[in-house]
Amino acid sequence: MGIDLRKPIGILFLAYGALLAVYGVVRPQPVLDLNINLIWGVVMAIFGAIMLALAWRKPNAIKR
Amino acid sequence: MHVQLIDIVIIALYGAVVLGIGFALRGRMSNSGEFLLAGRSIPAWTAGLAFLSANLGAQEMIGMAASGAKYGILTSHFYWVGAIPAMVFVGVFMMPFYYGSRARSVPEYLKLRFDEKTRAFNALTFAVMTVFSSGISMYAMGALLSLLLGWNIHACIIISALVVLCYIALGGLTSAIYNEVLQFFLIVFGFAPVVYLGLREIGGWDGLRARVPESFVHSWTGMGSAATNPLGVEWFGLLMGLGFVLSFGYWCTDFLVVQRAMAADSMNAARRTPLIAAMPKMLFPFLVIVPGIIALGLTLHPQPGAAPLLPAAAGGGYDYNMALPMMMARYYPAGLLGLGLTALLASFMSGMAGNVTAFNTVWTYDLYQSYLVRGASDAHYLNVGRVTTVVGTLISVATAYAAMRFNNIMDMLQLVFSFVNAPLFATFLLGMFWRRTTGHAAFWGLVGGTVAAALHYELTGVAGGGSLVSKIAVLHVYRSDMAQNFWGAIWAWTICFVATIAVSLITRPKRDEELKGLVVGLTPAPSEGHLPWYLKPLILGVVVLACTAALNLLFW
Repeated sequence: MGIDLRKPIGILFLAYGALLAVYGVVRPQPVLDLNINLIWGVVMAIFGAIMLALAWRKPNAIKR
Repeated sequence: MHVQLIDIVIIALYGAVVLGIGFALRGRMSNSGEFLLAGRSIPAWTAGLAFLSANLGAQEMIGMAASGAKYGILTSHFYWVGAIPAMVFVGVFMMPFYYGSRARSVPEYLKLRFDEKTRAFNALTFAVMTVFSSGISMYAMGALLSLLLGWNIHACIIISALVVLCYIALGGLTSAIYNEVLQFFLIVFGFAPVVYLGLREIGGWDGLRARVPESFVHSWTGMGSAATNPLGVEWFGLLMGLGFVLSFGYWCTDFLVVQRAMAADSMNAARRTPLIAAMPKMLFPFLVIVPGIIALGLTLHPQPGAAPLLPAAAGGGYDYNMALPMMMARYYPAGLLGLGLTALLASFMSGMAGNVTAFNTVWTYDLYQSYLVRGASDAHYLNVGRVTTVVGTLISVATAYAAMRFNNIMDMLQLVFSFVNAPLFATFLLGMFWRRTTGHAAFWGLVGGTVAAALHYELTGVAGGGSLVSKIAVLHVYRSDMAQNFWGAIWAWTICFVATIAVSLITRPKRDEELKGLVVGLTPAPSEGHLPWYLKPLILGVVVLACTAALNLLFW
């Protein structure tokens, strides 16, 4: 038995993404006219969600 | 840089997940093979990303950005010449012997292929080298964080060492590998915004070209002669010294990286491990070198009203090591800064964990089990492995403190290690591809190559450079340290190669039965006929090399 590595990666990136996006909305800090926290937060959340979706759809693909 | 609460939360979340992975795996560690070899159960893509990550220490990230600022896109040679071809070679041609022999480590392969003394030589030098380099990078990390954030250097060193210690002691190599994959993604996501924002501010690649010297955006144009490029080395020294001897010596024989492939769940997965690693590796110049070049651009031609980005260095030039940190400080607001610092910490931890796990296996199997306590139960060696994790980490921490106080001794040691490493690939190449190579030949070839490297250093100088030790005589003066290093490696490799062949011819070779699975011709070729093309190592290797060639042409 092992752990499906995509789950912790997915959870961490989803959490990071949500955290950055919310922080970006609540306290905007524009860099070169971009709300980079919001943008990058959304990108990371999408990546995390894809990882979780993969782990959830094909739970055994990662094992032998 | 100013750290706020949200940044601390992001860093703490990372720490929690890393330790969580260790805890989740702790029940699985029932024997020494699980702990030290990950039970040979790691899927190819996991092993591949770990293979890459174990090499991505924080020094690599900071150092490559620094080289980007100092030499420009020429730094890409360390990837497209100095890494990718060797990664393809080890996957396609060498892994059948490493994995097929069922050796548990690279030194153990040497024992099976050659003899006890060759193994002892390699195991001892490797073990010493790994704990020392993890200590040195620990010190570099602590020094950087205390400089940037005003954090306490002792707290930085001890807390990060404790985290790595915990997750390895709990989950062994599997835990290190799983965390390395997580760290890989954090490194990519943590540094990518620097590239995007930097290029946006400076006006894209064309804007960058306008701000740096022309030689900084061409990787090959000035390589015809050592006098016409900032590396101070010509194309032959670069291709042979870096591209062949040093690169193959590291990627094909260093247990730190090879261990990740040996942990894979099948022969085919083991062979694909370095090839999967090579794909992101060839794009890494864009992530780590380009920010360095942008930093130089913003230093030579600052934005209107702004100061130069890089601080001036004491001895002239700029403090290039600040390139990546200064870029992060420039662009990252609170929040993203926490992610960037997490990426730095992740790269540091993945590098350190790589060293600690490789040290564990070599110490436990190749030194302790082979020379100190033979024939004990497996449970005994599992315990030794766990204790070694603690002891290895402690020695690393001690080394970090030694590095803080005695900089010269550390430089000396790294120099000596470079002598030992230079000839290694000749021994493996002959061992795997020439049946006649004997144990005595391998050992004396290595000794001869190491001595040759030391002698070369003693007999040559560098224009305008100092030296750590007094020279016997200076017969040749190189234009740069790098040129001296590359040519020293070429000499060491050649002497080792010739000496190994010569001694082989006058000593008795092993019988063919003893060499099954260890040498070409006596090892069945791995079957791959049933695999789809995208899983075949040879095809993947060709694709990777073609892409690398295209990148070289693009930045010619």
